[in-house]
Order: sequence, then C-alpha cells, then structure tokens
Amino acid sequence: MGFLFWRKKKDKDAPQEQPVEAVEAPEAEAQTEPVFEVPVEIIAAPVVEVVPEPEPVVDVVPEPVVEVVPESVVEVLPEPEPVDEVVPEPALEAVELPKRSFIKGIKSLFTRIKFDPENLDELEDVLIQADFGVTAAERIVEGVKGRAKKQGAKSEAELKQILQDIIAENLERDDKALNLSSQKLPYVILVVGVNGVGKTTTIGKLAKWLKEGDWDVVIAAADTFRAAAVDQIATWADRAGATLIRPKTEGQDPASVAFEATEIAVRDQADILIIDTAGRLQNKVDLMNELDKIRRVVEKQAVIAEVLLVIDATTGQNGMVQAKAFAEVAKVTGVALTKLDGTAKGGIVYSIQTELGIPVKLVGVGEGISDFAFFDAREFAKGLVN
Amino acid sequence: MFGNLSDRLVETFRNLRTKGKLTPADIDATLREIRRALLEADVALEVVKNFVTAVRDRALSDEVSKALNPAQQVVQIVNDELVAILGGEARKISFAKNPPTVIMLAGLQGSGKTTLAGKLSKWLKDQGQTPLLVAADLQRPNAVNQLQVVGERAGVDVFAPEPGNGVGNPVTVAKDAIKHATKKQYSVVIVDTAGRLGIDEELMKQARDIAKATDPDEVLFVIDAMIGQDAVNVAKAFQDGVGITGVVLTKLDGDARGGAALSVSSVTGKPILFSSTGEGLDAFEPFYPDRMASRILDMGDVLSLIEKTQKAFDEDEAKRLSEKMLSETFTLEDFLEQMQQLRKMGNMKSLLAMMPGAGQMREQLENFDEREIDRTEAIIRSMTPRERQEPKVLNGSRRLRIAKGSGVTVTEVNSLVNRFDQAAKMMKTMAKGGMPQIPGMPNMPGMGGGFIGGGKSKKNDKGKKGSKSGNPAKRAAEEAARRASKDVEPGASGSAFGI
Repeated sequence: MGFLFWRKKKDKDAPQEQPVEAVEAPEAEAQTEPVFEVPVEIIAAPVVEVVPEPEPVVDVVPEPVVEVVPESVVEVLPEPEPVDEVVPEPALEAVELPKRSFIKGIKSLFTRIKFDPENLDELEDVLIQADFGVTAAERIVEGVKGRAKKQGAKSEAELKQILQDIIAENLERDDKALNLSSQKLPYVILVVGVNGVGKTTTIGKLAKWLKEGDWDVVIAAADTFRAAAVDQIATWADRAGATLIRPKTEGQDPASVAFEATEIAVRDQADILIIDTAGRLQNKVDLMNELDKIRRVVEKQAVIAEVLLVIDATTGQNGMVQAKAFAEVAKVTGVALTKLDGTAKGGIVYSIQTELGIPVKLVGVGEGISDFAFFDAREFAKGLVN
Repeated sequence: MFGNLSDRLVETFRNLRTKGKLTPADIDATLREIRRALLEADVALEVVKNFVTAVRDRALSDEVSKALNPAQQVVQIVNDELVAILGGEARKISFAKNPPTVIMLAGLQGSGKTTLAGKLSKWLKDQGQTPLLVAADLQRPNAVNQLQVVGERAGVDVFAPEPGNGVGNPVTVAKDAIKHATKKQYSVVIVDTAGRLGIDEELMKQARDIAKATDPDEVLFVIDAMIGQDAVNVAKAFQDGVGITGVVLTKLDGDARGGAALSVSSVTGKPILFSSTGEGLDAFEPFYPDRMASRILDMGDVLSLIEKTQKAFDEDEAKRLSEKMLSETFTLEDFLEQMQQLRKMGNMKSLLAMMPGAGQMREQLENFDEREIDRTEAIIRSMTPRERQEPKVLNGSRRLRIAKGSGVTVTEVNSLVNRFDQAAKMMKTMAKGGMPQIPGMPNMPGMGGGFIGGGKSKKNDKGKKGSKSGNPAKRAAEEAARRASKDVEPGASGSAFGI
C-alpha cells in the first residue's frame, strides 16, 4: 500500500514560479546567484559568530530590501506561527508517491546456518549473528517457543512462520510513513548520523524520489566539516534536480547554513527542505550540541517534519547507543537503514525500534539513485526468515 | 576506546578478585558474563565460542587451582587469550626493497578509507618518506576532490588524472600512478580505492585488477570499529577477493566496543596495523595487540603513553623534570614547562584516555576541553616568577591581579592553586613509596579529582575506593554530581592539572 502525502499544488500562478526557477541551478556557485546572495550575506555574518542569541540579526536585516519580513522572524521568537501566516496557505494536493520494494536487499538468516526445529536454542545464535543482540534474541526465541507450544507447531515451516510473525508484529508500526502530511510547508527533513553511514547518498535518493513526485526540493549542505562533502552533496542534488544551498565560506557554521536554507525554502515556498549534516560520533559532546543548535535555528522559521537517523546495516550493538544519543539530542523521528544490499542483516534496527520506539522508515539497498524503499515490517521479516 | 567491554569485564572480575578459591561454577558464571559481554561488544559468535572454550579449558586446569590468587589467574588467562585473538605481536608496515612501496586500501563504503589515506600519508611523511596519494576511487561522488583536499592538508602530492564520479578507469589510474611515482621518485604510493561490498563480484574483480596492476606490498583492509557480526563475512570476502595483508581499524574514538576487531584478526589471521582515532590528520597510531588487550581489561595503555611521551619529550628535559618532581621542588613554573612538553604529544584527550583507569573517566574525558590548558597556561603566565616558585605567597590581592591578568575568575585561580597543592602532595607520595595502587588502579589518586572533575576534587578523593568499588548506584550518583557541577560552573570545570 502506498502512503498519502500532501504537497503544494503545482498549478500556481506564474510570478510565484520565477524566484524558484532562478534558484534552481544546483551546480552554480552560490556567489553568482543574485536571488539568495542577498539574504545569505545578511544572515551569515551574525550567525557565524558563536552568538548565543540571534539578536544581532535585527541590526543588519532592516537595510536591504528582502521580503522575508525580517522583524517578525526575529522578534516573535516563541512561536513559529508567523511563518505559517507569511506563507499564504498554499493549496495542497494529496500525492501518492511510487512504492518501491526492497525485498531483494534482505538476506535470509538461514543461508549459512540450518534451521533445526529440534533445537530452538540455536535460533538465538542465528539471531545474534544477524546483530539482533543477545537480549532481543533471547526474547524472540522465548516468544517462538511459547507460541510453538501453544499451537503445537513442530515442523520447520510452521516454526519459521512463527518466527516471521513475531518479528513482523514487533516491527509493525502505524507511523512508518514519512511525516509529510502535516500540511505545514516546507516539510523540513533533518538527516543525522555517525560518519560514513550514507547520509549524503540517502539524501540524494530521497530528493530524487520526491522530485519524481513533482515536489520542490531544497537541500542544505550543512556538512561543512568533511573535505569536499559539499561537492558530494552537490553532485547528488544535481542528479536529483534539487536546489542546493551551499555554505558561503569554507567551514561556515553548519547552523548558519541551515538557517539560511530554511529562510530560502520558506521564502520560495519549497515543498521540502532536506538538511545534510556532518557525520558525528555520538560521544562527541561538542558535535552533538552543534546538532541541537541546527535544530533550534531551523525551528525558528519552520517546523521540522522528520529527523532521520541514518544507520548502516553493518552496524553492531553500537547502533543502539547511536540511536539513544541522537534521539536525545536531535529528537530523531525515524531511522533510515542503509547498505542493506551487503551481507549484513541489519538486525540492530529491531532493538532500536522495539526498545527505543523509533520507527524504521527508509531502507537503502545500493549506490544507484533509485536504490531505496520504504521499510515494510512484513517484507523485512519474510526476507529474513526465508 | 573499547569502553564498554572493559567496563563489563572489570565488573565481572571484580567479583572474582575478592575470592580466594574458584569453583567450576564460579568459572562458568564468569564465562557466561564474558560471553555476553563479548557478544554485546560485537565480537563474532564463532570467535566468542572459541574464546570461551579456550579460557574454560585453561581456567579449569591445574595452573589456576594451584595459583596463589586464582581470580587473578583467570584475568591473566582472559588477557592472554585476548592478545592471541588480536594477533599476537605487533607488526610494522613492510616496505619494498626497491621503492616505491605500494600500499592499497580496500574496504566497505564509509569505512573511512579516504580519511585514512590522508592520515597514513601524513604519518609516512613525518617519518621521512615521500608519499604519493592516488585517487582510484572514481565511484563515489567527489571522492577525488576529497582526497585532493586531504592531500593538501597533509602536504602530500595527489595523483588524480581522472575526475571521478563514474568517469575513468581505476585500474589504469593505479597503473599510471606507479609509473609516475617511479619516475618522480616517490618512496610510497598509497592507492585509495572505492568502497565495495564483499559480495559485489564485479567490483571485487576490479579490486583484484588494481592489485594485479600495482603489485602492492601491503593491501590494508579498512574497517569501521562499529561494525557488528557481519565483520566476519566482510573480512572473509575481502581476504578471498583481494587478498589482504593487514587491517586498519577506524573510528576507534567512538564508544563502540569494537569487538569486531577481535573477530577480524581472528578470522583472517592478519594483524591490525593501525588504528584511527579521530577526524584530525594526526589521529592515527600503530595498533599494538598486547596493549589493546590490556586496554580491554582496563589496565590502561601505559606503554603507548610512554612511547608518545618519548617522542615528544626531549629526553634530558624529561629527566630533569622527573628529578624535580621527585625531589619535591616542583614548582608551577616546572608545571608550565611540563604542560608545554605534553602538548607536543598531541591531543590531551587521547593521551589521557591511555592512562590506567581511564575507563571510568571516559565520559569526563570526552568532555575534556582542550582550551582549558590554554586557560591554565594563561593563569600561570600571569604570575610573577616568585609566585610561580612559591605558590604560598599567593594572597587575595595577588590572586585577583592574576585573575584579571589572565581573564579568568579568582575561583579558577584558586582551584588551580589547590589542585597544584594536591598534585605536589601526590608527587611526594610517589617519591617516597613509588606509584600507589597501579595494578588494579581503582582510581587515579590525586588525579581523578585533578583533571576533569574541576572544583570537585575533594569529593572525588573521598570516593577514591568507593567510585569503583562495585557500587554502581554510587558511581552513577557521583558522575551525576560531577556533571551537575559542570553545568553550574562551566568556567571552572575541566582543569588541566595533575598531568
């Protein structure tokens, strides 16, 4: 089944299109773009300086002719409402985006190991080897034993069905769809995670998929730390046909990039704003605080619809630690499980979802721009057990 | 580093340590804990099974029952077996007889190859080699750019004839790179390749072709310390697919227990040559299996620390300083000097993490503010020579002047002076009776309070034994208190004292 999302109606009058079009040249240098050059410059300076409060913005903003209604943005801090009112309630239409299957990405638990109906304790080992973790594995096996006893199940097929059902039941969630129906545009998606899990690639795929559904997508390149990260996201933005907001200077404060991008997305009435962030290990307090700051500055102007934590399917039990830490700081709303096309089974998401209550939403299964899908508990459980 | 595994084993052994005699039931209970700890640390199941069996066999044998302290003996066995799994002796990189030495990097996507290439090149350059980085990852968007930036930061030349992003043939690039390096007389060639999955036949063949074309002296398998059970499959795939000669462990500065490292070396039989511990170009060091094993057991990595010290300290200077320390005439001036020496060793955080007992302070270590050293330095520099020699003369007005001069508060000056007094006392103890309590290292005496706790040193001293005596509730409370104190007085926290 597909999900219903709400986006801005496309048949808007011409004048509205213009600014959007002007910005929509992803590979172009930020400096040469007249449209967002102005606001970028104004906002950039004050935010970069580790300012605790963005008051200085007030001093600078009034002079140039920008139509973002600067006073209300700054003055009325407590509620993001002014923004909702500024955007003249775009007419929304329901869209159903194409569903994609990821079944080919899931590897069976039993490729190497035989399933022995006589010895269910070995099932625990099997689950451990799929990174479910000792505790979860024990619990699942208990569940299988209990249910098998109740139903008098003995054959391999029956037991496998029970295992599949238990995994699927525990992973099934109502909120697994992306939260793109609140009708509060732009939908802001913040993408976070440790280093090298595939955040940028995931954003590229997501942007492409949303563009296919004819949404206006803006991407903020807020990974200003890693060498050439901006170029990497630029390539993906280009492939997806999304607008890219680059940092103005090398090593610019990521929060200021996020701030500017939000401003531009709001002004241009984009449907989606995806914010790419630098990879950070969850035990680095400074870097985690930076994430918190990004979230706060974005929330001054818009509502964050999704905070996606990207988890590499090869990740072991540290995945739980990651999820806990990021959930606390960044208020993670969903997990994107990447690199499921390898030999890893991604069992760690079971614990993340069942113990921390964070739903898995997206799945990445390759390096191609279309290699991703929505998470489906039944499909996942079936793939694992068969 | 390997944090939680150490904590876990320490917890397990605490019960053993107090016992005079071990029953087989004791041993089994302990082994169950170890099994669980290792699994939770992501050590591959098959490796865990072998490990537990080996330990059990030895633990039940005569060598334990006849030992004076059986519990300690079991610890020793666990340690030995860990070292055995980690690959025994340390190995250095093998250089070619006729340069250039070719080092090829291979691994999964996102394991950190490009970053590592930069670090490795910097490290080799510091050793007097002339490395050349080769951009043979033509797959990932802008990997070539990234390598160029990294090379520039490291001050190392980069061979990048192709733009990448799917354009160009990595095998040709690698082949040309060798020619180029020979002609220009580079001594080492580091080939950065694209990330690939072990099951991707096409890309594995490409990796083989690169290896064939360059005839590498080392093929280093780069693996993320956070990887789970799949480490075994991936390592096998790369060993069979490309043929690796060594392993590099990355992202060890995270809090992953890193058990996969044990699996990889056990499954491939190849040694771990380096570990990568941060995003800076210098966050890179040789990997020592024996030291790592004792780090797992939370006995500290004293050897690594000593080596780092040797590198940075000018030896005469160090000798003079240590004599001073022991002769009880250690002054704030000496302290300043010592701090500057230590600074040369690099990041204080990673240095402190090697100290015995660092496991307990991990959380505080992570929050350690490097700039705190600057502030301490500023305070001392604002003192007159006499004040540095005799901190006793520091009265209220002097302290106020110093605080003003160094841009801190009087409280911070006070806390520095207090901590200096404590450290001086500790040194006196050491001068008289050697290092107190090293082996079990329940706490770093005088230190635990010293560096990170900030103004809370008294409290910590009191808890010298308590903070590690197996009362987790108490420890948690203490940590909470420490954290709270940090929130209240951020400026005064995290002193650099007690180094």
